[in-house]
Amino acid sequence: MKKVMARGFAIDRLGVLLTVIGLAALLFLPFVIFKANRILPGDARSLFAILPAWESWGFHAVLALVAASALGSVNARTRLALALAGVAVLVLAVGAAGNALTPLGNKVVRVSPGPGFWVLLVALGLMATDAITRMRPGPGMRVLFLLLFAAAATAVFGSGLLDHLSVMREYQVNASRFAHEARQHVFLALSSMAAAVIVAVPLGILCHRVPRLRAGTLGALNLIQTIPSIALFGILMAPLGALAAAAPFAAGLGIRGIGTAPAVVALFLYSLLPIVANTVVGLARVSAAAVDAARGMGLTSGQILRHIEMPLAFPVILTGIRIVLVQNIGLVTVAALIGAGGFGTFVFQGINQTAIDLVLLGAIPIVALAFSCAVLLDALVETINRPAR
Amino acid sequence: MIEIEALSKCYESTTVVDRVSLSIARGSITVIVGTSGSGKSTLLRMINRLVEPTSGRVIIDGIDTTTEAAHLLRRRIGYVIQGYGLFPHRTVAENIATVPRLLEWDAERIKNRVDELLRIFQLDPQEFAGKFPHQMSGGQQQRVGVARALAAEPTVLLMDEPFGALDPIIRGRAQDDLKDIQRRFGTTIVLVTHDMDEAFRLADQVAVMSAGKVLQCGPPEALLTRPADPFVSRLTGTADRAMKLLALTTAGEAAEPGAAGGPTVPASATLREVLSDLVWDGAPQATVLNPDGTTRGRLTLTGILARGKPS
Repeated sequence: MKKVMARGFAIDRLGVLLTVIGLAALLFLPFVIFKANRILPGDARSLFAILPAWESWGFHAVLALVAASALGSVNARTRLALALAGVAVLVLAVGAAGNALTPLGNKVVRVSPGPGFWVLLVALGLMATDAITRMRPGPGMRVLFLLLFAAAATAVFGSGLLDHLSVMREYQVNASRFAHEARQHVFLALSSMAAAVIVAVPLGILCHRVPRLRAGTLGALNLIQTIPSIALFGILMAPLGALAAAAPFAAGLGIRGIGTAPAVVALFLYSLLPIVANTVVGLARVSAAAVDAARGMGLTSGQILRHIEMPLAFPVILTGIRIVLVQNIGLVTVAALIGAGGFGTFVFQGINQTAIDLVLLGAIPIVALAFSCAVLLDALVETINRPAR
Repeated sequence: MIEIEALSKCYESTTVVDRVSLSIARGSITVIVGTSGSGKSTLLRMINRLVEPTSGRVIIDGIDTTTEAAHLLRRRIGYVIQGYGLFPHRTVAENIATVPRLLEWDAERIKNRVDELLRIFQLDPQEFAGKFPHQMSGGQQQRVGVARALAAEPTVLLMDEPFGALDPIIRGRAQDDLKDIQRRFGTTIVLVTHDMDEAFRLADQVAVMSAGKVLQCGPPEALLTRPADPFVSRLTGTADRAMKLLALTTAGEAAEPGAAGGPTVPASATLREVLSDLVWDGAPQATVLNPDGTTRGRLTLTGILARGKPS
């Protein structure tokens, strides 16, 4: 009885932390930043100064409600719904601020979400993630959540609600390049991963079968992993450039010192270690008794590999592939420096022009892409793992 | 019929199995006992060539085992290990169907065989065929392990500590089941264990191994009454050897004609159990009953005691 009462009054520690952070963001950090043009320093604007009084009071009222649910012991579904409502009013408010601050037809002024917006977004995002985790959704449910969020984001961007915000302004200017760089980014990440899978899985099997190879191979791959990505891209420029110059055939295949070729090769090299290591670990974890029984019943070593070892090691290998995919999506960014394209192009252009909005135009899709891939592959790993254990 | 002729296995400087010769009769149970490191598992694994002998031959039904590919040989020989080695990602039915599938039996025949084996091992096909190994108890997994080894109707079954992971009560049941199944299929069984009681309970012939050599090979009585080596008597134990000897004979085998009287005992009881009954009841004799309830004969205290003495 006492315990139940105590639980009724329990205060949620994460909720307290997030509420304090959110409150501080509202009080001390600017919600939007107004710039007269793209590169001038901006000045902070408060929501009260921009929006009609009832709208900004409504915004704060919703956030107060969210904070109340975060503090108390409300069930996970309600917390999730309120956190998402919080995100919705946040997006509506920043969109409305953009519209209100932009004079009709003006394409020069820039309205950016300020630090206050970002901090609140992160706090609400953490609250939503925490609520989802507490609901313990199965793999199918998590993929469904991901699809719903993707659909909601598409709807918001498509509606034009945020069109007057600076990041979207950058997008409008770069729309055709954006699609191209997006394809290039995904192509670089996936093709290097695919090549790595084709090489690393057999290499892992070999290392498992021939223990003498194991330490040397993993050591060499570890060494590659320690080379900073920018250095590896640089190192590869010379041999690939020389190869292209010496063999017109190679040049005809698109192999050059800069561009896609060194990027794919470098990403491929980085991808080897996680897949080889996980293949070795996955195979080592396969029950020795099962393999002995299989041999004793007359399975050939190829049949043991196909029917026993690989199916049992596959979830672990897939975990390695997941690491590689997420890692590659991040590393491709740097490949823009050697002319390989991808979202990194916007990031580095933005840095050169001190145009933070352009940086965000590259960075936000990278984060979204990596996050989505992680959720999808985690769900896949969990689905495959289920019947066997 | 398995003939093992001067079989040896050496790893660099160490000899694990040293010129072992054994003759194993068709349809019998031979138990190889020994301490760990005695080479008993290696000897067993040389029969189906999981370990290739350094020298010597194994001849099964007149054919040298090296005349066919090792994996084809193994498909004709059942193999059960401690821990069973069931495939965790395959259902019980798929596990049992492993060798029939390798032999490309048709689906109908495989299904019938799987159902038949599950019924023989008292596992309801409806309930168990679709289960995964981790959903079953240790005793059930052990039965599936033996069923899987018998799936393709092998004439020879090799077992390496097959009951080692079971608790004593379930182990006793499993040993009785194995004897029943051996009688039913007439399978030749070679079983490795370190448990002397298990060896005496199951074996037609016991081979005692130490340091790669077979010290003695013969029926259980011979090991008790005429140990060929001090090591053999140490392994069998001398403290209760009379009791062990009595445990090798059943009441049915020892029953003698005479007037009935005293407590009744089933023909399947061992003389050790009958003696215990007589001591408990303070009776001088017991009546032995056939399974159908008719009287087979009687056993007297003096008759039993005479059988506990080495002849």
